[in-house]
Amino acid sequence: MRAAGIDIGSRSIELVILENSRIIEALKADTGFDPMAVAADLMKTARFDRIVATGYGRNLFEIAFEGETVTEIKAHARGAHYVFPDAETILDIGGQDSKVIRTNGIGKVIKFEMNDRCAAGTGKFLEIMARSLGFSIEDFGSAAMKTDAELPINSMCTVFAESEVTSLLARGENRLSIARGLHSSVVRRAMSMLKRVSDSGPVVFTGGVANNPCMVRYLEDLTGRDICVPEQPHMAGALGAALIAEESMR
Amino acid sequence: MSQDLMNTLQQAFEQNVIDIENFKKAGRKAIGCYCLYSPVELIVAADAIPLPLCGTKNDPVSAAEEVLPRNLCPLIKSSYGFAALNTCPFFRFSDMIVADTTCDGKKKMFELMQQYKKVHVLQLPQNQNLTTSLAPWLAEVHTMKSEIEALTGVTITTERINNAIDLLNRERDAKKAVMDLARIKPSPIKGSELINILFKVGFLADKEKGIALMNTMVDHYTAKAERGESPYTNKTPRVLISGVPMGIGSDKVARILEESGASVVGFENCTGYKQVFTVAKTDDPMDVLARQYLSIPCSVMSPNQGRLDLLDDMIKKFNVDGVIDLTWQACHTYNVESFTVEKWLNTTHQLPMLHLETDYSDSDTEQLRVRIQAFLEML
Repeated sequence: MRAAGIDIGSRSIELVILENSRIIEALKADTGFDPMAVAADLMKTARFDRIVATGYGRNLFEIAFEGETVTEIKAHARGAHYVFPDAETILDIGGQDSKVIRTNGIGKVIKFEMNDRCAAGTGKFLEIMARSLGFSIEDFGSAAMKTDAELPINSMCTVFAESEVTSLLARGENRLSIARGLHSSVVRRAMSMLKRVSDSGPVVFTGGVANNPCMVRYLEDLTGRDICVPEQPHMAGALGAALIAEESMR
Repeated sequence: MSQDLMNTLQQAFEQNVIDIENFKKAGRKAIGCYCLYSPVELIVAADAIPLPLCGTKNDPVSAAEEVLPRNLCPLIKSSYGFAALNTCPFFRFSDMIVADTTCDGKKKMFELMQQYKKVHVLQLPQNQNLTTSLAPWLAEVHTMKSEIEALTGVTITTERINNAIDLLNRERDAKKAVMDLARIKPSPIKGSELINILFKVGFLADKEKGIALMNTMVDHYTAKAERGESPYTNKTPRVLISGVPMGIGSDKVARILEESGASVVGFENCTGYKQVFTVAKTDDPMDVLARQYLSIPCSVMSPNQGRLDLLDDMIKKFNVDGVIDLTWQACHTYNVESFTVEKWLNTTHQLPMLHLETDYSDSDTEQLRVRIQAFLEML
C-alpha cells in the first residue's frame, strides 16, 4: 500500500510517496498561477492508494481531487516528528508564512503560533531582498556568511525594507553586509515567536527557508539551541501529510 | 421551523425602524449607547428608547479612515464611520449619545463625534475598587440621569428606575435563556444564530416584543433538543469565544469555526454573556446601578479578575473543549490580557486557547481558517 502527501504552498508544491513508512518518491514544482494543474501534473506518474493534502491550496485540492486535507500545522508536526522523534519544537518558515509548533512528544500539536497576514519574516521577504541585492535565492545565505560586518535593517515590512535596502546601496554600503543584516532581522523576528511557544530543547527547522545556511547558523548562535534541519526541509509538510494518509489506511 | 422564527425576527427588526419613527413623531426620544457600562435603565426610566450603536460592519471603515488613524480598532472606526456617513438609521434616530471613556481610542473618537451629535461622555474608572471608584462613578451616573431628564423633560423617580430595572432584568433573563440553550450537548442552536438573535433583539424599541420573541425561541429550541435534533453530534468540538464584542458583520471568526465543523457554544464578551446579570431592586437604585455596571469585566479594567471568574463559570456550564480569544486589531487591553487568559486557561482548566487578532475585513479569511482548523485538529 502506498500513501501520498501533497503540500500545496504559496511558492511550491511538494509530493511525497511512502511505502511502509519509507519515502520512495519526493517531487517538487513551482506553484505558479494554476496550482491544481501543477498538482495534477506532479501526480500524473505517481502511484498511490490514498492521498492527503495540506498547505494553502488544500481546500481547492479537496474539491478538485476529492482528497482529504489536514492543516499545514498538523502536517509539519507529523513530518518533523518522523525525522527527529526527540524534538518537540518545530519552526517552519515557508514562502508566505512562518509558524512555531510545540508537540507533546508523540507528534501531537499542543500549541502553535503563526505570523501575521503579511510577508514579513518569510521566504518571500528573503526572495525579494535577494533580488534587490542581485543575488539568486540559492546563493543569498552563503553570500551573507562571507562577511562579519552586519548592517542593521530596521524595517520588517517587505515594502519598507526594500526602500531601506535601496537607500543603503545608494550610500555605497557593501551588499554582503546588507544581506547579513536582512538575515539577522528575519531570525530575530522568528525568535520572538519561538520563545512565546517554547523556550528550550532542540528545534526542527522546516520549510524552504531552512535550506538557507545563514538562517540556520544565526538561529543556532542566537538561540543557543540545537537546530535540526531535515535533509529536504521543504518536504516536511508533504511528508507529514503522507504519514497521516498512511495512518488512515491502517 | 427555526427558519420561520428567524424570519419573524427579521420582520420585527425591519418593523422596528418604522416603530421608532412613529414613537419619535409621538414625542419619545431615542438615546444611543456605545458601551455596556452606561446604565440603560435610566434611559428606559425616562421612557426614551435605548439604541446600541457600536459599529459591527466594515463598510464605513474607509470613510472613518479619512479622519481616524488606520491603526485603530475596527469597532471604533466602524462606529465613527457610520456617524460621519450618516448611514446608520439608529445613529440618525438618536437625540443624544451616552458614551463612556472605556478605552483611549473610543474616548478620543467621541471628541470628534461631537460634531455630528451631542455626546455625553461618562468618565469610567479603570478599576473596580469600590472605595476609590464607586463615588466618582456614581457621580457620573447622576450626570447621565440629569442629561436624560433635561432631554426628555421626565423626572426620573425611584419608582421609574425600579420599573425599568424590572423590565431590563426580564430582558436579560430572556437573553440568558437563549444563550443557555447552547449548554445542551449537542447544542440545538448554532453560535451564528445566537449572534443573529442577540444583535437584532438589541435594537427593538419595544422591549416586551423582544422578550416574547426570545421566549418563543427558547421554547422552540428546547423542544428541538428534546426531540434529539441538533446540527451537531456529541463529538462536535464545543468552542467558547472570548474577548471583544461581535455582531452581524463582525462575526467572521464564528462563521469560519462553524464552516470548519465546530459548535460555537458561547460568547464571553459584551455582546454575549457579559450582559447576563440581575440588578437588585432597592430604595437606592442609583447606587445599585452604579455598583452593578461598574462590575462589568471588560479588559479596560485593571486588574480584571472578573473576566476569569466569568470564564470559569461559562467553562463549567457550557462543557467547553477549547477557547478562542478574539482581539480586534489595535485593541491593546484585550490583546495584552490574552497572555493572562491563556496561562490561566492552560493551568486552571487544562484547556487550549487560540488567540486571534483581526479586523472586520475579509482579507485574512484563509489565514484565519488555517489557524482555526489547526486548533480544532488539536482538540
